[in-house]
Amino acid sequence: MKKTLLSAAIGAAILGAASAASAGTLQDVKAKGFVTCGASQGVPGFSNPDDKGEWSGIDVDYCRGIAAAVFGDPKKAKFVALSSKDRFPALQSGEIDVLTRNTTWTVSRDTSLGFNFRTVNYYDGQGFLVKKGLNVKSALELSGAAVCVQTGTTTELNLADYFKANNLQYNPVVFEKEADATSAYDAGRCDVYTTDQSGLYAMRLKLKNPDDNIVLPEVISKEPLGPAVRQGDDQWFDVVSWVHYAMVNAEEFGITSKNVDEMKTKGGPDVKRMLGNEEGTKIGTDLGLTNDWAYNVIKLVGNYSEVFERNVGPNTPLKIQRGLNALWNKGGLQYAPPIR
Amino acid sequence: MAGNALPSEKPTSSGSSSLLYDPKARGIFYQVLTVAILGLFVWIIVNNTITNLNRANIASGFDFLKGRAGFDIGQTLIDYSSDSTYGRALLVGLLNTLEVAIIGIITASIIGFIVGIARLSSNWLIAKLAQIYVEIFRNIPPLLVIFFWYKGVIAILPQARASLALPFGTYLNNRGLFFPKPLWGGGAWLILVALVVAIVLSLVIRRWARLRQEKTGQQYPSGLTALLLIIGLPLVTFLALGAPLSFEYPVAGKFNLTGGSVVGPEFISLYLALSFYTASFIAEIVRAGIKAVAKGQTEAASALGLRGNMTTRLIVIPQALRIIIPPLTSQYLNLTKNSSLAVAVGFADVVAVGGTMLNQTGQAVEIVTLWLVIYLSLSVSTAVLMNWFNSKMALVER
Repeated sequence: MKKTLLSAAIGAAILGAASAASAGTLQDVKAKGFVTCGASQGVPGFSNPDDKGEWSGIDVDYCRGIAAAVFGDPKKAKFVALSSKDRFPALQSGEIDVLTRNTTWTVSRDTSLGFNFRTVNYYDGQGFLVKKGLNVKSALELSGAAVCVQTGTTTELNLADYFKANNLQYNPVVFEKEADATSAYDAGRCDVYTTDQSGLYAMRLKLKNPDDNIVLPEVISKEPLGPAVRQGDDQWFDVVSWVHYAMVNAEEFGITSKNVDEMKTKGGPDVKRMLGNEEGTKIGTDLGLTNDWAYNVIKLVGNYSEVFERNVGPNTPLKIQRGLNALWNKGGLQYAPPIR
Repeated sequence: MAGNALPSEKPTSSGSSSLLYDPKARGIFYQVLTVAILGLFVWIIVNNTITNLNRANIASGFDFLKGRAGFDIGQTLIDYSSDSTYGRALLVGLLNTLEVAIIGIITASIIGFIVGIARLSSNWLIAKLAQIYVEIFRNIPPLLVIFFWYKGVIAILPQARASLALPFGTYLNNRGLFFPKPLWGGGAWLILVALVVAIVLSLVIRRWARLRQEKTGQQYPSGLTALLLIIGLPLVTFLALGAPLSFEYPVAGKFNLTGGSVVGPEFISLYLALSFYTASFIAEIVRAGIKAVAKGQTEAASALGLRGNMTTRLIVIPQALRIIIPPLTSQYLNLTKNSSLAVAVGFADVVAVGGTMLNQTGQAVEIVTLWLVIYLSLSVSTAVLMNWFNSKMALVER
């Protein structure tokens, strides 16, 4: 009896200690041999498991990029499916190392929730999906509508603000899971479904009659989506951020997963520096990684353009144009600080 | 030699071993040890939580309840908008939980009593139907019963633009039940006063009738008088005031019916599921309670010349209630706690609203604490109320 109690207490103490000692996430990740990323419960194009449990999407590729940078192996990434409501406690508690789950960067999440955001891997904005039969042409005609929305999202708050600002009435129908909100909309419980525009296109594919639904022209919010990490761990924050910057810089330099080996030896000095082929370079080791980290990210996962085209681009069912997500020198917002 | 040494050694050795083998001392030792380990465990948990919260720069405390909520809630019993505070949002959720729990408990009790008695019926068909009901609902998880109502029944009702018209200006579609909203005119509060007066009068009459019966043996129909008073007095007041009541009827709007009052499918499915599910347990408790009253009691009552319904009312039910009430309390507590399954169909109960708040503010420890306190107080109040009722019903020993 005494022994069981004592061992229980020791067990509890170890558990407590384990969750307390997570300041050096990079060391923890290296020690356990894989990186744990928070993913969605299924948003096509962003993070979506297929029927074999294989994940795909641009958020998934971000996570694989981190695994490639740390281990030189994109397969050393594990995904935890999280609802919008569970994602923040999962990161706070250390269940996941980084949240790569179409999460909007806001000041309160940056501060009071205790997270850090820096890179934006997808610039999005909130829109509305309605049934064609309602003959609605603008969101301003939606007064009195029932709106399906997922709880615990910025979407839910933007919705309240937008309808209030425009003096419109509405009846919110709130679900915890995206799938439940979708099926309620499909069953006619709501007139309108609202989420980020990328999500609307993805979700429309899942409806019974996708062509009977249209996305309204209004974009009512800014939704910069990017990865979040816990505050107070600058090294890990840097690793996560520079994986994205490496992908964007690679696109700018024209480095792809196909030509990266060639570029490593034949590219200009800035290309060679980025790929870790510069005499006496310390960029990788200063990040806490190896000097071929960026090479691994591009070789094994691809540059930003490849990731975008593969998951959400015009040749995928989602058919999303680059738009705001084009490079800064092509009229978009994707801009990466130099690697030097 | 050895025989002599033994008695002289005994007192010295027992001095140290008696404390070790003394059951009382050992008992105290283990109790102190258990408390110490428990204390250490709690200290580690609390300390670890505080350390982690500080390290993650998460603010703690309940100040966030005064902040602007920013989200809307579909079903509210009190005024609420996105400008209201988090505290008020939580209150909206709590009232929704109470609403579904109280109405659910009443309905479950009614269905449960009817089905429980039906199972004892001598009519084969009624008894079997009641048994089938109990076996079906008792053996399905409550969550599935909720989904059955939400996705199986309500979702296949007509669409909003093709609502099913029912009598009295009531409509039914897959977005809920729409019914006329009563609009009370001036002086309507007098009707409420009349109702209160009628209830007080009924209680006075009942007391007087009982005293008179004890003294003279004469009976007075106090139940009938009370019924007449409670219905009649408010009705007379209503008519005397010139019927100050009008209705706002639901009418077809652009998207859905507008005006009137509406009960959403989320509430309906949760309420029906909780009522039907819990009723199956209550039915069994009622059946057990009635079965437990010895047959001799009924026989003795009829030997004394009591009629059938008086036997049931004065002999069987009071004794059955003593057995029914304690397990019934557990079922009421279960129903209240099961109402947290509301989150599955998007009904804004205290857990759903709290979850949204948790997500926005990140105050996980505080909100989970609030949840615990709320459910604990709900359960304790129910238990206290039922214990009071139980003590009223318990056998009075003279």
